[in-house]
Amino acid sequence: MIKIDELKKNYGKLEVLKGISTEIAQGEVLAIIGPSGSGKSTFLRCINMLETPTDGQIWFKDQLITEKKTNIMKVRQNVGMVFQHFHLFPHKTVLENLTYAPMKVKKLSKAEAVRQARELLTKVGLSDKESSYPNRLSGGQKQRVAIARALAMNPEVMLFDEPTSALDPEMVKEVLEVMKSLAHTGMTMLIVTHEMGFAKEVADRVLFLDEGLLVEESAPTEFFSNPKSQRAKDFLEKVL
Amino acid sequence: MNLEFDRIMPSLPYILEGIPITLKVVAVAAVIGFVLGILLSILKISRIKPLNWIADFYTSIFRGTPLVLQLMLIYFGSPQILGIQIEAFEAAFLAFGLNSAAYISEIIRGGILAVDKGQREAALALGVPYSGMMLNIILPQAIKNILPSLVNELISLTKESAVVTIIGLGDIMRRSYIVGGETYKFFEPILFAGLIYYVMVMILTILGKVIERRMRRSD
Repeated sequence: MIKIDELKKNYGKLEVLKGISTEIAQGEVLAIIGPSGSGKSTFLRCINMLETPTDGQIWFKDQLITEKKTNIMKVRQNVGMVFQHFHLFPHKTVLENLTYAPMKVKKLSKAEAVRQARELLTKVGLSDKESSYPNRLSGGQKQRVAIARALAMNPEVMLFDEPTSALDPEMVKEVLEVMKSLAHTGMTMLIVTHEMGFAKEVADRVLFLDEGLLVEESAPTEFFSNPKSQRAKDFLEKVL
Repeated sequence: MNLEFDRIMPSLPYILEGIPITLKVVAVAAVIGFVLGILLSILKISRIKPLNWIADFYTSIFRGTPLVLQLMLIYFGSPQILGIQIEAFEAAFLAFGLNSAAYISEIIRGGILAVDKGQREAALALGVPYSGMMLNIILPQAIKNILPSLVNELISLTKESAVVTIIGLGDIMRRSYIVGGETYKFFEPILFAGLIYYVMVMILTILGKVIERRMRRSD
């Protein structure tokens, strides 16, 4: 579904990604882990072109999206993204957060957008919050709304950029539960995370990035019990 | 001290008739200033350098010269350039609108930059085009934060509009000055004009507070 070939990203002289290649199949759940500064967030943000790659190619369903003439807005409609700091629209209610893009971008009727938004809010367990403003919600609730907002566009892939890193510990679980049930629906998911337990349980494959390179790529059971590279061993020793 | 307010009493309605004139100038100029101000602020934050330069140059001209001069240039100077005499009203709308836009564009630019850049990314990630992102996501948040500054600008516009006196528009200021000339009493009519301006500014202040409170309901 997504093919990435020799992806590179520089900020001036700083090389953040030094050539990463991989392929992601439909329905696959990928956990992207690595020390901070390893380039994992940048990697994720290149996939919907929030960062413009310096070099390399990315194909999304046989469409080369790194090409200049690609309509990236069209691609982004199919790639949902969830941010570490939620980035809900603070001046819109929860319901409006969910209906805005479907109405604006996909030209859904209001009734249809609202119907779909309510369905999603029920799924993430927040149907009673539809007329609240984001500032009234807890971190965990905000992130669940953010997931629902991304899903409202009916994406084929979901990108998660450290979705639980800004949350209080007691709120991590409710967000991970939502993500888990999403994974069970067969959604293709790329998750940058520090939640090793979650990665082990839910991911089909683990990508371990360090210093802008894809150091290791394997099934979670293998990665966590028997990491091949020294760098992965050192990392796991620190976090587990 | 010999204040004789009764001498100007018959002329009070005449001065009060200047209110709609002043309001008309302020309202039209505010709309021009706001719309043009938004456009200029968007040019200023653009990644395309020449657009920044155009907007910055515009601002430097209108902030760098006196408003009276701009008004005189447009009203008295335009026949030379255009070959026609434009109306005093049109000259006032233009001068105040264009001048105000320079200040408002700086206010809005600051407001846009203060909106968390995650908002932009969230909108982009949802596939929202630039225009929708600006109009529906960024500007509403920016304007909420800069509302006090915008009210400030509207207040100065209201008072500065008294400058139209020099091109012969019968606003509050000019009428009170004329009454002064007719009655040889200047203190009373001009003080009365001051009272009218003060009341108008107070009304704007209150309106601003009401709008601000309404916009803050999402906090």
